[in-house]
Amino acid sequence: MPMEPLAIDAAHLARRYGRRWALADVSFQLRPGQVMMVSGRNGSGKTTLLRILSTAIRADGGRATVAGHDIVKGRDEIRRATALLAHQSYLYESLTARENLEIMGGAPPTSAALERVGLLERANDPVSTFSAGMRKRLSFARVLLQKPAIAFLDEPYGQLDPEGFVLVEQVIVELKRGGATVVVATHQIDRVAHFADTKLALENGRVA
Amino acid sequence: MIAALRKEFLLQWRTRAQAVAVFVFGATSLLLFSFAIGPNSAALRQHAAGFLWLGLLLSSTLTLSESFHAEMENRALEGLLLLPVSPRVLYYGKALANTIQLMLLGIALVPVMVVLYDAGTTRIPTVLLIIVLGTAGISAPGTLYSAMTSQARAKQTLLPLLLFPLIVPVLLASVKATSFAILGDPMEQGSRWMALLIAFNGIYWSLCGLLFDRVVED
Amino acid sequence: MAANPRFPKLPHALMTLGVICLLVGSYLGLFVAPPEHYMGEVQRIMYVHVPTAWNWMLSVLFAFGAAMAFLFTSDFKWDARLEAGLEVGALLGFLLCCQGAIWAKPTWGVWWDWDPRLTSTAVLLCSFAGILALRRFVDDPPKRAVLCSVATIIAAVDLPIVYFSVRWWNSLHQMQSSPATVSSQFHLPLRLNAFGILFLMSGFIAMRSRIASQRLSEELAPPPQEFAEELA
Repeated sequence: MPMEPLAIDAAHLARRYGRRWALADVSFQLRPGQVMMVSGRNGSGKTTLLRILSTAIRADGGRATVAGHDIVKGRDEIRRATALLAHQSYLYESLTARENLEIMGGAPPTSAALERVGLLERANDPVSTFSAGMRKRLSFARVLLQKPAIAFLDEPYGQLDPEGFVLVEQVIVELKRGGATVVVATHQIDRVAHFADTKLALENGRVA
Repeated sequence: MIAALRKEFLLQWRTRAQAVAVFVFGATSLLLFSFAIGPNSAALRQHAAGFLWLGLLLSSTLTLSESFHAEMENRALEGLLLLPVSPRVLYYGKALANTIQLMLLGIALVPVMVVLYDAGTTRIPTVLLIIVLGTAGISAPGTLYSAMTSQARAKQTLLPLLLFPLIVPVLLASVKATSFAILGDPMEQGSRWMALLIAFNGIYWSLCGLLFDRVVED
Repeated sequence: MAANPRFPKLPHALMTLGVICLLVGSYLGLFVAPPEHYMGEVQRIMYVHVPTAWNWMLSVLFAFGAAMAFLFTSDFKWDARLEAGLEVGALLGFLLCCQGAIWAKPTWGVWWDWDPRLTSTAVLLCSFAGILALRRFVDDPPKRAVLCSVATIIAAVDLPIVYFSVRWWNSLHQMQSSPATVSSQFHLPLRLNAFGILFLMSGFIAMRSRIASQRLSEELAPPPQEFAEELA
């Protein structure tokens, strides 16, 4: 192994919901600039893994560093370096698409981001009028505006139309070209396998 | 902080129909209180301040329990935390927005009180100040408890269950101070109750800001 | 906590000691001590009321301490102790309100006289009941522990504010009773009962936190090494 710092170094990660272990024991390493595909059936722990690594939820066992920071001690540093495309859209229903991006703070180039995901004409409509696919696109715009060094994409293809599929792939390639590390949890194994550098298959909360 | 406040006011402006509904609820409860006393104008005037604050308190649970609804709907709060926005900033933004909303509600309920209970007063600035301090005292712990109960089952029941015992001093002090403003205050006792309100606000605005981080993080 | 997984000797010993102290103290208070000069036989409720009040304050302090300790250490033994402290505190608070009402009726002619001590006890009892309800409605153990600790701290900080605001609101009451203001014949039963309730309360808390930490250790058990189907 070269002495290059790892993008993600996870050891024995575990997480419980009630008495069930959604993630029992997952360890892996990922080098910067790589695209990793996480696959596995429903309930195998993909979402939990991505949520732990992006510090959205705590781990009940194990350790991990993301972008060189510990997931417990370096929470804020990790949050600055990463972006998570989650199942939940993170959007406010009563705000417009543009407002949802503007409240992220600073003065983000919202128009460019909205155009990138094909929502510029609907920029001033409230999110409550959006379809599931359009919400997904807007969440993508959110991820792009964060300019992450590591992007966690949980089911990026979900609810999208074929044009959206192409958009997802373009965005991943773009992120990778910019030097970012991308972790994609997906059921679309064949689509992602083309451009993934490494793969991680999960089963019952463990590496299969 | 400015972005957080802007978000709060945008959210409140978009759901202003709800604020109107809360006002109607508050006014209706003021009407109901007078039925509990009977058409005795002296007694009603005597208890006007108490009724005003009880009405405001009951309405505040509607406002407060609603205030984390938009945050939890699509886990938007988590989205902000991951940006990262400091939880403290989010707390103070939300608590301030809740204070302003309850304050406006309180100001809107004063004329209703004056008309129903014949409880007019010329000390408008004093009453305004009491409303600001009292609603701030409700909002500081109310916002924290709303964030807590939004993560539990039976949230609608839990919020008043936790909040009401806590704000007994706020209720007492606000009612007393408002009463003195309406019925006259020859001994200048009102300022003592205002001092209590200020102390309560000082303690809970700082304590809840410290604890909010632990409440919203998993 | 897990030092003695078998028969819990310490809580039982404490409870037995507490019951003995209470029996002796109450006998002395009811039959041996002379009736009080002004208040007569009614005053005898003080032999149990005052010790309950002291111990109630101790249990509130204990719950507050456990809540602070959990937030700083994230050690679940403090969550178990908090659960015990909240329940015992709620029980003592309830007893205190009942005794206060029983004392108030013959003394002042009303069950409830909005005395600051009685009222702030009732307010804190409501808070503790609310927190115990919160415990039932949050399923995730770490989340539950954090929320209950936060709520306990907030409620405990409120106690002095409630006390002083009620005192300003309604200023009439006798001085706080303590052995110093009570003549020496009354000391022994009062002290015996105070220690009796202290031992009983400590026994309850020790027993209850043992039960809670057993449940928590089940809830927080580490993941099984391998799943059965993977072994097959």
